[in-house]
Amino acid sequence: MSKNTVSDRFRKVDVDEYDENKFVDEEDGGENQGGNMTGALHAVLKNPPINTKNQNAKERAELLVVKVLSSFKSSDIEKAVGSLDKAGVDLLMKYIYRGFEKPSDNSSAVLLQWHEKALAVGGVGSIVRVLTARKTV
Amino acid sequence: MAYHSFLLEPISCHAWNKDRTQIALCPNNHEVHIYKKDGTKWTKIHELKEHNGQVTGIDWAPDSNRIVTCGADRNAYVWTLKEGSWKPTLVILRINRAARCVKWSPKENKFAVGSSSRLISICYFEQENDWWVCKHIKKPIRSTILSLDWHPNNVLLAAGSCDFKCRVFSAYIKEVEEKPGPTPWGSKMPFGEVLFESGGTGGAAPSSSGGGGWVHSVCFSHSGNRLAWTSHDSTVSVAEGGKTGTVSSLSSETLPLLCVTFITENSLVAAGHDCYPMLYVYDGANASLTFGGKLDVPKQAASKDISARERFKNLDRRASETQSTDKDLNTLHKNSISQMSVLEGGRNQCTKFCTTGMDGGMGIWDVKSLESAMKNLKIV
Repeated sequence: MSKNTVSDRFRKVDVDEYDENKFVDEEDGGENQGGNMTGALHAVLKNPPINTKNQNAKERAELLVVKVLSSFKSSDIEKAVGSLDKAGVDLLMKYIYRGFEKPSDNSSAVLLQWHEKALAVGGVGSIVRVLTARKTV
Repeated sequence: MAYHSFLLEPISCHAWNKDRTQIALCPNNHEVHIYKKDGTKWTKIHELKEHNGQVTGIDWAPDSNRIVTCGADRNAYVWTLKEGSWKPTLVILRINRAARCVKWSPKENKFAVGSSSRLISICYFEQENDWWVCKHIKKPIRSTILSLDWHPNNVLLAAGSCDFKCRVFSAYIKEVEEKPGPTPWGSKMPFGEVLFESGGTGGAAPSSSGGGGWVHSVCFSHSGNRLAWTSHDSTVSVAEGGKTGTVSSLSSETLPLLCVTFITENSLVAAGHDCYPMLYVYDGANASLTFGGKLDVPKQAASKDISARERFKNLDRRASETQSTDKDLNTLHKNSISQMSVLEGGRNQCTKFCTTGMDGGMGIWDVKSLESAMKNLKIV
């Protein structure tokens, strides 16, 4: 007789996530080469993975953001921050702190530059919002 | 602008009497001290010792001249002045955690106590038993109640809580009052009914996407149609009764604000961990909240020229040439402002308000002189 399994937890596993050959779409790689840095920034800050519980999605988003932030020239950072609205500055601050958590070779220095510029626009209030946000980026 | 330093300890809470000659405050211990104004000096005239834990809230009923205090010892006392001294009456709140805030209702026939046991106790006096009785509002509160404010109709109560929400409850007690008429917040008001909850049905403000912080302070406007609250994620929000779908929030660039009050129907003053009060203006037509300005007159005029000697002195002290004003605290209060109260003019035409803080000092702010001192400041 076939035994019916009671548990259906296997149905909740997303097998595509574990596939090594899975295609990961790099949507703004093209913009980077085009030199449209601000556009790249806006694109990567759109649709942040705030509501998902999927850690992989969040990590992917964070790596992408850090990559875009690192490819900015120091002189352009201030202009880019200026082009964001209030919610964007808060979101940028969230990503910056998330990036601080996992430092890689040069990321901390770049992130610190971004932090300084974002702080000038957002003030300590934006940092408080990073600390009190219940849904992290 | 007057500043008086009462103590070196933080002032936990304060309350003024009706003619603003006496102030009752808690000097961060189990007692309440009442100070009387003597010209420019303040002298202590009474010490109220009954609580076994820190006194967390004081409210002074202006007309009936009774003081209600609540403390971390889970009790509240109603004090009446008899033969020149204050006599306490215990009120059993039936809570098992500390009480956090207390407010008399506008008609002074009941008071509300917010506590850490996730409920609000509405207490009223029962004539037959000569005893204060309380009723609880429990649902749907999920955490400590940090602040309370009554609506002018004596029935609605706004509560700010640590579960990130600001709510308006009905505290209608049929034993002491008649049924209230309909208000913009709702018309059916049985006891404990929630007429408004922030963040629940999704406020329209895009910046507060399901986040939020503890609601530190709530305040109804003079007409009761508007409700303002400050939250720990450095935001100030205003909701209007009737249009409860639209909540206007403003994320500020400052540290969180701990207290807020309306000074006219359209302007709010709020203060907090940044040690100075600031003005916010609410535009009812566009449902938008904007920052009006910082309300602190700097003590010394900013001097542009620094002598060579000063430069070297600063270099020696701080390794920087200029006297950086960001690090100096040239505000009236030297520590966070924890409570604010309107002294004169009510909430629609306030002319004076008072702030007390963690530096043990009390500042009295005059709205007219602030308006003239700050250019570009308009209090609508």
